[in-house]
Amino acid sequence: MPISTVFEGKTEYMQILDKDSKVDAELDPGLPDEVLDRMYRLMVLGRLWDHKCINLQRTGRMFTYPPLEGQEAVSVGSVLAVKPEDWLFPSYREWFIYHIRGGPLSMVNMVWMGMEEGMKLDKNLRVYPYAIPIASNLPHAVGAAYALRMKGEKCACIAYCGDGATSEGDFHDALNFAGVWHVPCVFVICNNQWAISVPRKKQTDSETLAQKALAYGFSGVQVDGNDVLAVYKAVKEAADAARAGKGPKVVECITYRIGAHTTADDPKRYRSEDEVLYWRERDPIKRFLFYLEKKGIWSEAYEHKIHEEADRLIEDAITKAESFRQDPKEMFRYVYAGMTRNLEEQMKECFGEEGK
Amino acid sequence: MLMKANMVEALNLCLKQEMEKDNSVVVIGEDVGVDGGVFRVTEGLFAKFGKDRVIDSPLSEDGIIGSAIGMAAFGLRPVAEIQFQGFDYQGYHQVVQHLARMRNRTRGSITLPMVLRLPYSGGIKALELHSESLETIYIHLPGLKVVCPASPYDAKGLLAASLDDPDPVIFFEPKRLYRAFKEEVPEERYTLEIGKAKIAKEGNDVTLISWGAMTYVSMEAVAEAEAQGVSVEHIDLRTLSPCDWETVINSVTKTGRAVVVHEAPKTLGFGAEVAARIAEKALLSLEAPVKRVTGWDISIPYPKQEDYYFPDKKRILKGILDTARF
Ligand SMILES: Cc1ncc(C[n+]2csc(CCOP(=O)(O)OP(=O)(O)O)c2C)c(N)n1
Repeated sequence: MPISTVFEGKTEYMQILDKDSKVDAELDPGLPDEVLDRMYRLMVLGRLWDHKCINLQRTGRMFTYPPLEGQEAVSVGSVLAVKPEDWLFPSYREWFIYHIRGGPLSMVNMVWMGMEEGMKLDKNLRVYPYAIPIASNLPHAVGAAYALRMKGEKCACIAYCGDGATSEGDFHDALNFAGVWHVPCVFVICNNQWAISVPRKKQTDSETLAQKALAYGFSGVQVDGNDVLAVYKAVKEAADAARAGKGPKVVECITYRIGAHTTADDPKRYRSEDEVLYWRERDPIKRFLFYLEKKGIWSEAYEHKIHEEADRLIEDAITKAESFRQDPKEMFRYVYAGMTRNLEEQMKECFGEEGK
Repeated sequence: MLMKANMVEALNLCLKQEMEKDNSVVVIGEDVGVDGGVFRVTEGLFAKFGKDRVIDSPLSEDGIIGSAIGMAAFGLRPVAEIQFQGFDYQGYHQVVQHLARMRNRTRGSITLPMVLRLPYSGGIKALELHSESLETIYIHLPGLKVVCPASPYDAKGLLAASLDDPDPVIFFEPKRLYRAFKEEVPEERYTLEIGKAKIAKEGNDVTLISWGAMTYVSMEAVAEAEAQGVSVEHIDLRTLSPCDWETVINSVTKTGRAVVVHEAPKTLGFGAEVAARIAEKALLSLEAPVKRVTGWDISIPYPKQEDYYFPDKKRILKGILDTARF
């Protein structure tokens, strides 16, 4: 009996707007000007916001903060690609997503400022809290997709994680369950090349992260994650298919973490300046700017205007976040639906005349 | 020769010496190689011993603990680092189902001499799940030794002893103390006995029992209590399993009063076991109820309000004085 091939897989890569802003006209999703304008504004806001947060951390107004610089196209492109009824499950670094979805910018930095209030989410925005333990909320997205389908909702769940996260057991559980249950779930892997000091190559011997999907019975696609149009197109197609009952999909976005892992990290210890430069030349905002200029959307005046707008938004957000006074007693109030006798006693000990 | 070292430097030197002494010792964890660990405890080891002995693992605690168990079963002596104790749960099933019971399961034919290093403790303004102190979930498992030093000197001697030990040792490192202070530490190798508490300070009126980061915080409260005329005997347990009950019971029999301090939640924190042992062995010597000064039974608050959670000098002092004046 001859030996036969029982499985063969392939994984495709897509780029629409290259680093020199050359556009593939056939693949260009041809988005209306308002959407392009929104994409650009949000990416610029994300970048300025990020710089501001680093600054706040340095001046003692924020605790440890994980920079987003370089990855804006993944957050912005993917969120704008899906429908408001789709649920988002961001990773901790992509928390700007909450604002892209319409949440107040002030909420986006509150957790990094050390306040639980930043997790008091508006359920109407359909954003699930990110998880500090890496990859641990990916199975939640799968369960959510199952539940939403069962309730007859026509929506998809979009779950985000990093390249490092693909090594965690939870990642594999999530993909496996998603495949077996054929749920409407899109996994967006933000492959920014590094998990703290560990390079992507040391996480897995697989050629791509997108191909992980194949082992779980569905497909994955790799896109240039610094190309907001490619991210948009890939995630839109995946989410549309998921909503139409065609099952899950992985979208691996190739990007780069320009900044440190967090403000507590020193990337000089493990990577070269040349590497950072290489990626700066592939900046997602710059290449999109030239694209918009050719379309007659971008101009110096436009740039000036959106910077001014962004600065105002940022200042307001910070004032709002910093003036928020959280009642410390809340730490006892949300443990259960009702306060137990034990907690009542402990709260009294903590705050009563006896306590602090 | 003596050198001045903080806890990170003491641990780092210890690992270096162990790796020089025994080439079956390997270090494994996330970012422990090129980066030297996020707390720099493994700094310089990668350059000195190379990638085969200092392993930057993929991001999986399950993989780290599980593969370290395999290494230990097959002749290596792994020192596995979990970046923060709050992420050990991702590999905890390996600990419960294998690490703790392999010796017993195989009637001693397979043993797992390895060290699992867990940076724990709070009060450093860290993110959610970066301030955990759940030593109880290890102490509760027969077959594990649980060690928790409170000073650079103890850290170095206890880590060396952990590497000599024939059983798996869970090594809790109080990250709040990593760089809090320096003290004189012998440069050459030495070991401290696992299972032996230290009397940090002798006294007659009240016994205070603590370990790890809380030992340091308690010292300030003890000094203040002394200033107010209460003589405190301060016991630093150093090893939580097996625990040196003899030292505890002897002291409480002498003082008749006990305060136990920990940052884990009160319910089923190790303080509960301490109180129970005292009740079993020294009840008739007690002149006051055993007092527990602990974290509350809640999730540790985010940085802005974490100070309300952790026992501090004021709360510990009040615990001592209330007990002394009961
Ligand atoms: C379960 C778990 N283990 C370890 C950590 C510590 N940690 C925080 S971020 C990180 C790297 C994550 O890398 P990746 O998934 O690629 O995301 P990125 O940080 O690059 O956005 C590590 C190891 C954690 N938060 N959770």
